[in-house]
Amino acid sequence: MQSFTYERATSAEQAAAAVAARPDAKFISGGTNLLDLMKLEIERPAHLVDISRLPLDRIEETAEGGLRVGAQVRNSNLAADPRVRSRYPMLTQALLAGASGQIRNKASTSGNLLQRTRCPYFYDRNMPCNKRQPGSGCAALQGFNRMHAVLGASEACIAVHPSDMAVAMSGLDARIETVSPGGETRTTPIGDFHRLPETMPQVETVLGHGEMVVAVVLPPPPPGRQLYRKVRDRASYAFALVSVAAIVEKGGDRIRSARIAMGGVAAKPWRATEAERTLAGASASDGAFIDAAEAALAGAVGHGANDFKIPLAKRTMRHTLAAAVESA
Amino acid sequence: MAKTDNRSGPTRRMVLEGGVATGVLLATGLPVDAEPAETVTAAASSSPLPTMTMSLRINAKDLAIELDPRTTLLDALRNHLGLTGSKKGCDHGQCGACTVLVDGRRINSCLTLAAMHQGDEITTVEGLAEGDRLHPVQAAFVARDGFQCGYCTPGQICSAVGMLGEARAGWPSHASADVAAASVALTDAEIRERMSGNICRCAAYPNIVAAIRDAAEEA
Repeated sequence: MQSFTYERATSAEQAAAAVAARPDAKFISGGTNLLDLMKLEIERPAHLVDISRLPLDRIEETAEGGLRVGAQVRNSNLAADPRVRSRYPMLTQALLAGASGQIRNKASTSGNLLQRTRCPYFYDRNMPCNKRQPGSGCAALQGFNRMHAVLGASEACIAVHPSDMAVAMSGLDARIETVSPGGETRTTPIGDFHRLPETMPQVETVLGHGEMVVAVVLPPPPPGRQLYRKVRDRASYAFALVSVAAIVEKGGDRIRSARIAMGGVAAKPWRATEAERTLAGASASDGAFIDAAEAALAGAVGHGANDFKIPLAKRTMRHTLAAAVESA
Repeated sequence: MAKTDNRSGPTRRMVLEGGVATGVLLATGLPVDAEPAETVTAAASSSPLPTMTMSLRINAKDLAIELDPRTTLLDALRNHLGLTGSKKGCDHGQCGACTVLVDGRRINSCLTLAAMHQGDEITTVEGLAEGDRLHPVQAAFVARDGFQCGYCTPGQICSAVGMLGEARAGWPSHASADVAAASVALTDAEIRERMSGNICRCAAYPNIVAAIRDAAEEA
C-alpha cells in the first residue's frame, strides 16, 4: 500500500475542501472497497479524509412523504430500517442480496454508490485497462468477460457497476444530494449520477474532485408491488450476473405502470425505460412480460463469454414481472 | 493475491525476538495484559514514514500505540498488540477469518484502518469470555465440534455473536420471505445466509450451523 496521511473530517464542508485542496486526496468512509484497491495499489491516495463519523447517519422523513438517507448510513442499517422495509422493500431486498453481514455493517450509502467495478482486468495491474490506466486498452473485450456488460458499453470498457443497492434506488427514482468544496449543494437524479464509459471509463460519475455525497433522497414509494431478483453463481455473497428491480402497479387485468431497473448489465444501474413503456396499459400476461424483456434487451451486445446474459436478463425480467403481478 | 509490503508490519526477526511474550499470549488466548494508556512503540523502521499515535480501546483496555496510518485494524491487533486470535485469511474481506466486533457490530478487521477506530469499543475473540467462562457461542462451538483446523473459528465465533444480535434486533436477511416482518426465526437457512461472509475451508459447516443454532436457542 502506498503511504498516506490521515485526517478525520469535522464537517461535510471541511471534508469537501480538504479533498479539493489536494489532487491526490480521497474520502474514506467504510473503506471496504477503497482499502481493498489500495492494498493492490490500484487506488493510491496520498491523503485520506475520513468522513465516516460525520453526522450524516440519519434516515429522515421528507415533506413530500419519502425518506432522506444520510450518506453515512451503513448498508445494514438502511436495510433494517422499519420504514425502508415496509415502504421500500425492494431496497432492503437489494441491500441484503449484496456483500456479507460484515461488509454491510461497514459500507456506507455513498460508498456503495461510488464503489468501483470488480472487472478482473481492472484489478490486475499487469493487464491493460482503460479505467485504471486510460489509453492502455481493454483486456476484457477479448478476454474472460463472463461478468461484463451487455448494455451501454464501449470499445474502451465493458465493465459493470457492481452495486445491488443502486439498482433498487434507480427503480425508485432516488436523488443524490452533494456538497461541493465551495459549500454549494446540488441534487442529481440517480439516472444522471453514473456515467457510461464512452471514451473515458475512468470518469464514473458526474462528481467533481472534492464534491461529496451527503444524502440520497427517496421519493414517496410509487404504487405497486416491489421486487428485487438477483441471479448469481452461488446463493450468497456473490455479485450479480443479472438482477432486476421491478415495481408493478396493476389495475384490474392490466398493468397501470411499471418501473424496472437492471443490474449486472451495464456500467451503471440500467433503467429499462423501453420495457416500462411497453408495459404501461398492457394486459398483465406472460406475453406482455416477454415483450417488455425483449424491449429492454433490444440493444444488448454480448462479447463472447457473456452472451448468455442477454437471454438470462430477459428471463429474469419476465419472471420478476410475473412474480410482482401475482402478488400485487 | 495481496502483495506483501515490507515497508510496514513486523519482520520475521522481530516476531522471533518478541516471541516470548507473544508465545504466552498464543498459548493462553487471554487478552494483552496492558496497562491503561500504555504506549506500544511500533517496530523501529529506518525509513522516515509518517506514524500516528492512536488511542484504541480493545477488549475493555485502553491502549495508545504509534502506527503507520496504513496499518489495518487486523494488522494492529496481530502484529503490534499480540492479539493473534483474529486471523488473516484472504486480507480482502472475502473469507471472514478476521471478523471482530466494533461497538457490538461484526466487521472485517482487514478492510478497515486502525486509525478509523479510535474511540470505538473493539472486541476480539480474546475478549469474549468472562474470565474462565466461555461466551455461549464459544461453548457451543466446543460442544458441537464446530471446526476442524480451527483457523476460521475466531472469525466464525465473532461473526456469530454479531449475527445473533442482528437477528435479535429483528434484522431481516436475504433468506427472509418477508423483509417487513418484525421478528426473525433463525432457521438453518437463515443461519447459513447470515454467516455467508465466513468461509470454512474444512467445510465444518454442519457443525458450525448446529453450534449457532444451539447458542441462538440458549439465548
